[in-house]
Amino acid sequence: MNRSFAESTARERVAHLLDAKSFIEILGPGERVVSPHLALLGVPSSFDDGVVIGHGTLNGQLVFIAAQEGEFMGGGVGEVHGAKLVGLFKRALRDKPAAVIVLAESGGVRLHEANAGLIAVSEVMRALLDARAQGIPVIMLIGGANGCFGGMGLIARCADHVVMSDLGRLAMSGPEVIESSHGVEEYDSRDRALVWRTTGGKHRYLIGDCDQLVEDDVDAFRHAAIGLLGQSMSLSLLALEAEHDLLSDRLTRFGECRDALDVWRLLGVPDPSIVADLEASEMFVLKSLASGESV
Amino acid sequence: MEKLQFQLVGDKAPAAFIPILVGVVGSGNLEVMIEPLADSPTCRVDVITSAQGFAPIWRAVMQDFQERHGLAGIAISINDMGATPAVVSLRLDQAAAALHGLTKDNA
Repeated sequence: MNRSFAESTARERVAHLLDAKSFIEILGPGERVVSPHLALLGVPSSFDDGVVIGHGTLNGQLVFIAAQEGEFMGGGVGEVHGAKLVGLFKRALRDKPAAVIVLAESGGVRLHEANAGLIAVSEVMRALLDARAQGIPVIMLIGGANGCFGGMGLIARCADHVVMSDLGRLAMSGPEVIESSHGVEEYDSRDRALVWRTTGGKHRYLIGDCDQLVEDDVDAFRHAAIGLLGQSMSLSLLALEAEHDLLSDRLTRFGECRDALDVWRLLGVPDPSIVADLEASEMFVLKSLASGESV
Repeated sequence: MEKLQFQLVGDKAPAAFIPILVGVVGSGNLEVMIEPLADSPTCRVDVITSAQGFAPIWRAVMQDFQERHGLAGIAISINDMGATPAVVSLRLDQAAAALHGLTKDNA
């Protein structure tokens, strides 16, 4: 039976993504490593500070895994939450797993812990890149209802691979933030179709920010992650410059577009209006058209 | 925010187990953790809730729970973000079910 990734908690996602009963948690809830800031503000904390970390096996191979709980503070990265992610990447340097897998669901920095959260995000990026520099692949899985925004969006794009479902979203500023700063005519945050075609998995897949699009199913994410184990992308000045070229090219090609539908048309999608209704498996053909490859 | 503690007498002490966590600290929701409390004849409950002034209702919900399960030798810790009594009862039963499942596995 299909187990919705979006509707599962962080703990359920970890339990069903990895091989059965293989997960061993680090700093579990019983250790009570909780936020030092929230209680001072009169807000209840969570025993795991909104992130589950540990290791287990995926298709028999050792992997490290972290899962953010989007329902707690919108998955916001606080001081402890960030430190747990950093610690996981640092231990990966020692134990050399086949991948570090991050089930990202976060609005970015937890605003209650502003500066500590901002520092935490930059420390996570550094630790992630240290792991990549040692040849340990980092895989982001994005399919939670809260999406992956702000600092966590930046972290996600530092990874080797990004896998999304069409329910997942990936961006820097969230819809409400854009509407507040640029006005409702520029971006109506309550227009769900607009929000999803601007930041959702299908758009990220077509434009190349996400490598694989899967159905909203924990098992589909599991199979995608298995296929990416042990596969590192180049982390070099040359690769970085190629990425910059790609971004400049994107601005040149699509800078005048007013809507993602225009972007898809320019990418070679014959009928952009049907994209929203397509299954993840049907998107592969469109992606081939968009990247100019033969199927 | 309010902190509450209750001591409820029971007689069913489970076999050794690792801490169990169910639920999420989200709006209208809560997390419930059950840990072993060695050699104790009671079920100790620590609640941290975002709401103020609901101690009598918490006590009633916990007493109902204890009437159903009669647990001893455990500590229940709750982080609550304004869950209704019905939701609290469901989460507590979910945690108790997980506890029974886990201790049965170990037996």
